Amino acid sequence: MSTEANDIDLLVNRRYEHGFVTDIETDSLPPGLDEDVIRAISGRKNEPEFMLEWRLKAYRYWLTQKEPVWSHVSYTPIDYQSISYFSAPKSDADRPKSLDEVDPKLLETYEKLGIPLHERAKLAGVAVDAVFDSVSVATTFKGKLAEAGVIFCPFSEAVIEHPELIKKYLGSVVPYRDNFFASLNSAVFSDGSFVYIPKGVRCPMELSTYFRINAANTGQFERTLIIAEEGSYVSYLEGCTAPMRDENQLHAAVVELIALKDAEIKYSTVQNWYPGDENGKGGIFNFVTKRGDCRGDNSKISWTQVETGSAITWKYPSCILRGDNSVGEFYSVAVTNNMQQADTGTKMIHIGKNTRSTIVSKGISAGKAQNSYRGLVRIMPQATNARNHTQCDSLLIGKQCGAHTFPYIEVRNPTAQVEHEATTSKISADQLFYCRQRGIAEEDAVNMIVNGFCKEVFKELPMEFAVEAQALLNVSLEGAVG
Amino acid sequence: MLEIKNLEVSIGDTQILRGLSLSIGTGEVHAIMGPNGSGKSTLALVIAGHEDYKVTAGSVHFEGQNLLDLAPEERARKGVFLGFQYPVEIPGVNNAYLLKAAVNARRKHQGESEIDAFEFLQLAREKMKLLEMDPSFLNRGVNEGFSGGEKKRNEILQMAMLEPRLAILDETDSGLDIDALKAVAKGINALRDPQRSIVLVTHYQRLLDYVEPDYVHVLSKGRIVRSGDKSLALELEERGYDWVQEAASA
Ligand SMILES: Nc1ncnc2c1ncn2[C@@H]1O[C@H](COP(=O)(O)OP(=O)(O)OP(=O)(O)O)[C@@H](O)[C@H]1O
Ligand SMILES: [Mg+2]
Repeated sequence: MSTEANDIDLLVNRRYEHGFVTDIETDSLPPGLDEDVIRAISGRKNEPEFMLEWRLKAYRYWLTQKEPVWSHVSYTPIDYQSISYFSAPKSDADRPKSLDEVDPKLLETYEKLGIPLHERAKLAGVAVDAVFDSVSVATTFKGKLAEAGVIFCPFSEAVIEHPELIKKYLGSVVPYRDNFFASLNSAVFSDGSFVYIPKGVRCPMELSTYFRINAANTGQFERTLIIAEEGSYVSYLEGCTAPMRDENQLHAAVVELIALKDAEIKYSTVQNWYPGDENGKGGIFNFVTKRGDCRGDNSKISWTQVETGSAITWKYPSCILRGDNSVGEFYSVAVTNNMQQADTGTKMIHIGKNTRSTIVSKGISAGKAQNSYRGLVRIMPQATNARNHTQCDSLLIGKQCGAHTFPYIEVRNPTAQVEHEATTSKISADQLFYCRQRGIAEEDAVNMIVNGFCKEVFKELPMEFAVEAQALLNVSLEGAVG
Repeated sequence: MLEIKNLEVSIGDTQILRGLSLSIGTGEVHAIMGPNGSGKSTLALVIAGHEDYKVTAGSVHFEGQNLLDLAPEERARKGVFLGFQYPVEIPGVNNAYLLKAAVNARRKHQGESEIDAFEFLQLAREKMKLLEMDPSFLNRGVNEGFSGGEKKRNEILQMAMLEPRLAILDETDSGLDIDALKAVAKGINALRDPQRSIVLVTHYQRLLDYVEPDYVHVLSKGRIVRSGDKSLALELEERGYDWVQEAASA
């Protein structure tokens, strides 16, 4: 039996081949963090005074805080003074001029993932003016969006062009005092996306970070703000299935969503940060605060995420169901392999009457990875007839990995209906043998079982994204068979 | 078709097959009987390539080729099919999806193109009708929540779709009600073919009433201790295994 187990370990033990280092010099601030650094960041972005004030308040608050220790992950402490908090995007001169100069292995992965040619170039960091397709596609999109009155631009641009919206909504869902990493992000955030959907508008296309111009390098402290006015709808796609390489170990993003009356926001993420090698060395620490506020009646916010990367992931996309009849959803697939650790989940805070939430979490662990689900469902006293359904499934591949479930349920209204289901299953040697006896290769059998396990979440993703996500999972669990 | 010589097989430190020889000609139907724990399933799993079972001596040749050199999936693609005594459940994986992947793996190996969705469905429905299976089984998870008898029928469906060269059915008749047994027997007989060999591992004469074997073997303590024609099965039914075992050790 033990050889069998080792085979399964081998199978999922694929190597991530794209974490190459670069010694290109960037226009960076020296490492360290103090008020001068924050002034410098704000200054380089030509920010208005209110923005700088907000950053400084966040910084001063952050200084009083301690890093959280409660999550089910362990890592060597981060030295915040050793990080450089500003690095300008690489100039085109330093980038590869064409795909011919890009690591062929990286291109091979893009190929496997079925990423269109014009996107491959951009992802590989090829100088933008060499990527005609991508630019023209983006330009066409911009025109169409402007027609509909949709604003979709880099965060730094919104700070200058739409200060009234920033002042009104920034920090209104995730205040700078929210948590240690959110405070840090508020003080030093680099850039990110800003989306505004006007009243009654159904955004004419899925907004994807692929096509966000001038934001190729948003750095380690990304900030996203999406506002859906009354009766509007938007579907936003974050990240991409391609392996993302980054020299920065610490990532602490903040995403704020605001859905007003009758509005709906669908936020999908497929993330594939560098997870580190077999020993966990060099991987990305991903500490993200994502929260949606269903501020108006009948509003809806839906989070869907497929995560395969990072050495450490700490992430709880949440919904505050403030409006009556508002709906929150969370669909998640988190894959951890080798030494990866993930502590993810969601929070559903029911405040309005007849609010409903659905949580479907699928955790897959392989190698020596640890995968934890942490979910909070809180029903406030005024939330009559609130309902929640949580389903939390873990799939283990091999014998050395672990899955943990920490549900927290707080019900303060007797009319609430809260259901929690949890299962843990294994890909067994018998299942693999059964498939192989039917002529199906071991790797394909693993993919088949994993995809079957994730089906419920994949069907929530926009069609093309779902296909990519499936391919991504297959690549993530790919290994040296035989 | 299949030539097994002096096969010795162990699991861990325990030897299970102790010098087993068996020859199965093309187009023949063989029944293997024998007491619980005598090694019948072990033999079936070794032929299919299960890695827990270590072959310490002897050989297995399939159509002249050394089977022991091949991975389980390669054996399957060459036409070796095992109907499992205990078919495993694979929740979440669509039964039709697995079936189609299996059919295509075999077709690819034979240099044929993939089956198209329409053709596949038509074929599957036809076979299911023969086996008196409800088409809804296609849309369920592989064996997920299937009753014992339904699992066995599903094995026969897979066999019917894959049209193997050599089919080994390990106690496919166990746990079937009378009607199911008839349906399964119908499925097996439909596949009887001069080009195909079938091995039935069974404890009961019942199945052999419907599917008449050319040869019957008794396996005891890891060896074939007696071989004969179908009348041997009837004799076993009447007299039990003791007399064959005694005769063998005498
Ligand atoms: N994985 C295993 N670990 C330990 N012992 C095993 C294992 N598999 C089989 N055996 C042993 O090998 C012997 C033969 O088992 P096998 O399943 O081949 O018998 P069988 O003839 O098929 O029996 P039955 O008629 O009950 O199905 C038994 O004693 C069994 O306990
Ligand atoms: Mg058996």
